[in-house]
Amino acid sequence: MTTTTAITAENRHARAVVELAGVTKEYPGGVQALRGVDLTVLGGELLAIVGPSGSGKSTLLHIVGTLDRPSAGAVAIAGHDIATLSDRALSALRSRHVGFVFQSFHLVPGISARANVAEGLLYSGLSRAERGRRAERALERVGLGDRMEHRPHELSGGQKQRVAIARAVAGEPDLLLADEPTGALDSASGRSVMELLHELNADGATIAVITHDHEIAASLPRQVRIRDGEIVADVWNDVRSTAGVAQR
Amino acid sequence: MRASRRLTPARLGPRDVLHVGSAGLRSRPMRVFLSALGIAIGIATMIAVVGVSSSSQAKLLRELDELGTNMLVATEGQSMFSGQDTKLPKEAPGMISRIEGVESVGTTGDVAQSVRRSENIPKEETGGIGLKAAKDDLLEVLRARMQKGTWLNGATGRYPSVVLGNVSAERLGITEPGQQVFIGGRYFTVIGILDPVPLAPEIERSALIGWEAAEQLLGFDGHPTAIYERSADDRVAAVRGLIAPTANPQSPSTVSVTDPSAALQAKAATEGAFSTLLLGLGGIALLVGGVGVANTMIISVLERRHEIGLRRSLGATKGQVRIQFVTESLLLSGLGGLAGIALGAAATAAYAHAGDLPWVVPLWAVTGGFASTLAIGTLAGLYPAVRAARLSPTLALQAG
Repeated sequence: MTTTTAITAENRHARAVVELAGVTKEYPGGVQALRGVDLTVLGGELLAIVGPSGSGKSTLLHIVGTLDRPSAGAVAIAGHDIATLSDRALSALRSRHVGFVFQSFHLVPGISARANVAEGLLYSGLSRAERGRRAERALERVGLGDRMEHRPHELSGGQKQRVAIARAVAGEPDLLLADEPTGALDSASGRSVMELLHELNADGATIAVITHDHEIAASLPRQVRIRDGEIVADVWNDVRSTAGVAQR
Repeated sequence: MRASRRLTPARLGPRDVLHVGSAGLRSRPMRVFLSALGIAIGIATMIAVVGVSSSSQAKLLRELDELGTNMLVATEGQSMFSGQDTKLPKEAPGMISRIEGVESVGTTGDVAQSVRRSENIPKEETGGIGLKAAKDDLLEVLRARMQKGTWLNGATGRYPSVVLGNVSAERLGITEPGQQVFIGGRYFTVIGILDPVPLAPEIERSALIGWEAAEQLLGFDGHPTAIYERSADDRVAAVRGLIAPTANPQSPSTVSVTDPSAALQAKAATEGAFSTLLLGLGGIALLVGGVGVANTMIISVLERRHEIGLRRSLGATKGQVRIQFVTESLLLSGLGGLAGIALGAAATAAYAHAGDLPWVVPLWAVTGGFASTLAIGTLAGLYPAVRAARLSPTLALQAG
């Protein structure tokens, strides 16, 4: 398994997973959430999109995740120009290329962790048996191999977020979008979730973490700072140094 | 395989559609119960209305089957010219019994005497009880049974003995054989009481005495009034045409021939015509139930905006969200429909049990009822499902 992910990682490095060019988003009423954003994310990257609330980072998340379309500008995800795609095709794109992790987990209550993860593969076209197998593999990957039959209410916050991460990566998407993944967690659980994201990245996953937390942003190799709908800084951290924010 | 550049959404298999469609129901059993209840009441009403009338009809038909439809009665009629009553010839029963296909014959003759409880009761108070002389296989032809006591035989038919129909026994206040009634100036001993005779209500209201006793003790002229005959089923029509000329060759037109089972058949037909009013009430209940399901579905969509957003982010198409909610609505009303069919069938069973009827719930009512719940479920789910599919995935995820 390690070798196959390594090979996939090689392939992903070769191309841009996210390409935004001059992306503008204007909501009815004239509010400009994004003003001409250019952003390229290559395969295998682990980056933070950081900014205060109201900065437009959620809008950016929605556009990168193809849940919303820009008012102007070009968006290509995993090589697909989304302007040319129908709503159906966008759904298919999400099911194959994008995984989401939400601040409030959005797990289905009353069903097991395994069923929750398998639910994430429901729209992928895989057989039921294959979905179950992949769900188990993903839960083992996030360290919950012994919690497969637990229901969300029987899990801690950190474990719930791990289940949500397992759901997002079970389909091996080209891009994992994590929206404030530690926002609802205590600091210890938050740290372990961030460690997990680092590990997944080391295995080859391309991950964008949307956060308002500068400390978290500083712990990731790349920080894209956004304010008032514009990218104000795009910096690479030296994460091996303990100094924290170190700009290049 | 991931290299495929064409972005076509994967199809959900039927099992997966059922899975997502039932997920919302499994998490809210109480709401499912209440909104399915409306549908269930409507369907149960309709099934019970149809079931009860079908059961009543089935009972009549079963009764008819037991009594047989192969009996005909020849009675004296009126002369077309004089308007006078014409009597049947004394030899008519014998002639009829020789018609091909006739299996048995029974005869009664009216005797002009009143039947009273005792000599102290005035002659005029007959109580509507007719006195008849009986001979041949009357009991067998009518398929009548004795409630108590015995039927007339060669011996008792010569002596002042009488068998009472159930109605006349009641009117006279006779409950047991051995009691006496006053007929034509002397006491007759009651030797038996008959069960009800559905094919010949006139027998129920009669007192029957032996042919010889009537002639010897009461001055009966010996002319038959009614001749009952039974034939093979396939000969009924032919026999019917032959009875009148056989019974009275001189003036066949004065003999009237009737089929007593025809009246029972007509009754069965009217029992089968269930009450349209009740059926309409059931239909209204069903409609109200459908509105309840639509309401539940709209609330469900509002409550589950997060789930809808999540599913869209996982790659569900609008169509897949639509089919999820239509399936949920269909399951909801389908459950109600099944429960309603069970309830209606149970109500019919209870009614049938209480009234000693056979339990009949017509298949067409069951399938029709279930089909209408599915139609209602689709209609009720369509609008909420379209609304769910139109929700913007981002809004669905943000909503409080």
